[in-house]
Amino acid sequence: MSTAEPAVAPRGSGRLLAAAFAGNRRALVGLGLVAVIAAFCFLGPLLYRTDQVTVQLDLAQLPPSGRYPLGTDASGYDELGRLMQGGQSSLEIGCAVAVVTTVIGTLYGAVAGYVGVIVDAIMMRVIDTFLAIPGIVLLLLLVSMFTPTLRLIVVLLSLLSWLGPARLVRGEVLSLRTREFVQAARMMGGTGGRIVVRHLVPNAAGVIIVSGTFTIADSVLTLSALGYLGLGLPPPHADWGSMLSAGLDYLYDGNWWLVYPAAAILITTVVAFNLIGDALHDALGVRGQSR
Amino acid sequence: MRAYLLRRTGQAVVVVIGVMVVTFALIHLEPGSAARATLGTRATDERIAVFNAANGLNRPLTAQFVSFVKQAAAGNLGTSYSLHQPVSTLIAQRLPRDGVLLGLSTLLALALALPMGIFQAVRRGRAEDHAFTVLSFGLYSIPDFFFGLLLIAIFSVQLHLLPSQAPQAQSIGGILADPRALVLPVLTLALVSMASFSRYVRSSAIITLAQEYIQVARSTGLPERLVLRRHVLRNSLLPVITVLGLSARDIVAGAVIAEAVFNYPGMGQLFFQAATSKDYPILLGSTLVVGVATVIGSLIADIAYSLLDPRIRYVDG
Repeated sequence: MSTAEPAVAPRGSGRLLAAAFAGNRRALVGLGLVAVIAAFCFLGPLLYRTDQVTVQLDLAQLPPSGRYPLGTDASGYDELGRLMQGGQSSLEIGCAVAVVTTVIGTLYGAVAGYVGVIVDAIMMRVIDTFLAIPGIVLLLLLVSMFTPTLRLIVVLLSLLSWLGPARLVRGEVLSLRTREFVQAARMMGGTGGRIVVRHLVPNAAGVIIVSGTFTIADSVLTLSALGYLGLGLPPPHADWGSMLSAGLDYLYDGNWWLVYPAAAILITTVVAFNLIGDALHDALGVRGQSR
Repeated sequence: MRAYLLRRTGQAVVVVIGVMVVTFALIHLEPGSAARATLGTRATDERIAVFNAANGLNRPLTAQFVSFVKQAAAGNLGTSYSLHQPVSTLIAQRLPRDGVLLGLSTLLALALALPMGIFQAVRRGRAEDHAFTVLSFGLYSIPDFFFGLLLIAIFSVQLHLLPSQAPQAQSIGGILADPRALVLPVLTLALVSMASFSRYVRSSAIITLAQEYIQVARSTGLPERLVLRRHVLRNSLLPVITVLGLSARDIVAGAVIAEAVFNYPGMGQLFFQAATSKDYPILLGSTLVVGVATVIGSLIADIAYSLLDPRIRYVDG
């Protein structure tokens, strides 16, 4: 099926990415949204200082006002400041999971695809096994066994997300390894490790980048689902999902400011990363993982 | 064909064994051991030793694994700590209810996604295509729980059109007898799945539309509606079968959330309650059942695919 040239050359890949972004409105919109949201979460607290540690029940559930632009929540935290702080953990977790899963998934998939035969068969059945156990089931099981911390949640989400990238990279490597340049590298005495790292992985870069972008979006969503199930980050940490589900308890009391801002920023973030992933998918000519 | 079926079935058997190994490993990962979980944290060492001996937990791991497999194969998945009923009974009560909820929502998702994806492919690059793309990106990016609660807020609380709770009947007949209560949970799951299904249909329909046989069909004077129905729809259906097999885990994840939102007494709710009360036999039993069901589901999907599309057998070896 794939007789086309390798999508991304090892050296020009940065330029190719830049070109992919420049020529695509979806990518630019997505990138712009991510930049604005990241600035809001990470630079915002420098300009807009709030106390996100001390519970102040006398200030709880205040509607938006000049002093509290988005009101306060049930613990008396400033909602606007909390959105910034929650965004930091949501974005950090999303990006950390994307990096971890991309590295593990890429190496696993590349080794399986390159070595082939029995090793490949065994490695793929391991993936099938974990794919058979629904992620949320495993996640709930492990979160119920161990107390969730930021690091544990990153580890658990990564444990669930590396399977997709591993399969995609393996598929890509299976078709790459028969190409002339890989055979040439092998004939010139290139070792397996060198061929995987220098030739196969860079040529699968398109697939890897696209799946990494989708992983950020998916991790932010999964984290919010955990927050709804009460298994998100423990207080005083905040994440958008826990904030949103806590706010939903007060929806019928008319406390809209605890619901819609959190929902809007969460959904916008996920849409933004999906837009980037989808645009890169088209621009880099990646098959089989569009949204 | 026979070789392909045999190989694919062999793989499924290996994966089922893998699922059992993982489930068994998880039992032993349980902090504080099964004895502590059952007898409480203040149990004496003597009582724990008696419990372990009575439940065979002092035997070698391999022997324990063999008896775990035998028990599971006989349908014995242990007894719930909190509900004091056999796990197999609890699962057998709830699994058919999930069949109703997930079956209906997946069918609805497909019924919506197929025309939507093909319509987008036909109008590729035009305003209609972009509008539906925005719609599916939006739906895909909304957290399931928020979407469900939003539907409740609109249709139950504001408009008083539909009940906010899923049917509470025990039997399948009872659930189906209350279709109004099924609307919101089914809609929540269906629209989120529709968002991702329609993207696959769109991209496979775009590829199909570019094929020469479509040109041929058009040049014979076949009306465009028939071209779409006979050629594009059928050929775009194929990848959807694979996507269905692969999205089993997302469907289960959606079910856990939707059942929590709409208080639907299915596997998802059983599992979530077990997770919060640390009821390990239920957690592990349902992990095993869902895992095996997923393997069988994707095996059926692959076999269906290979029957419908002979090319796949050659491509895959």
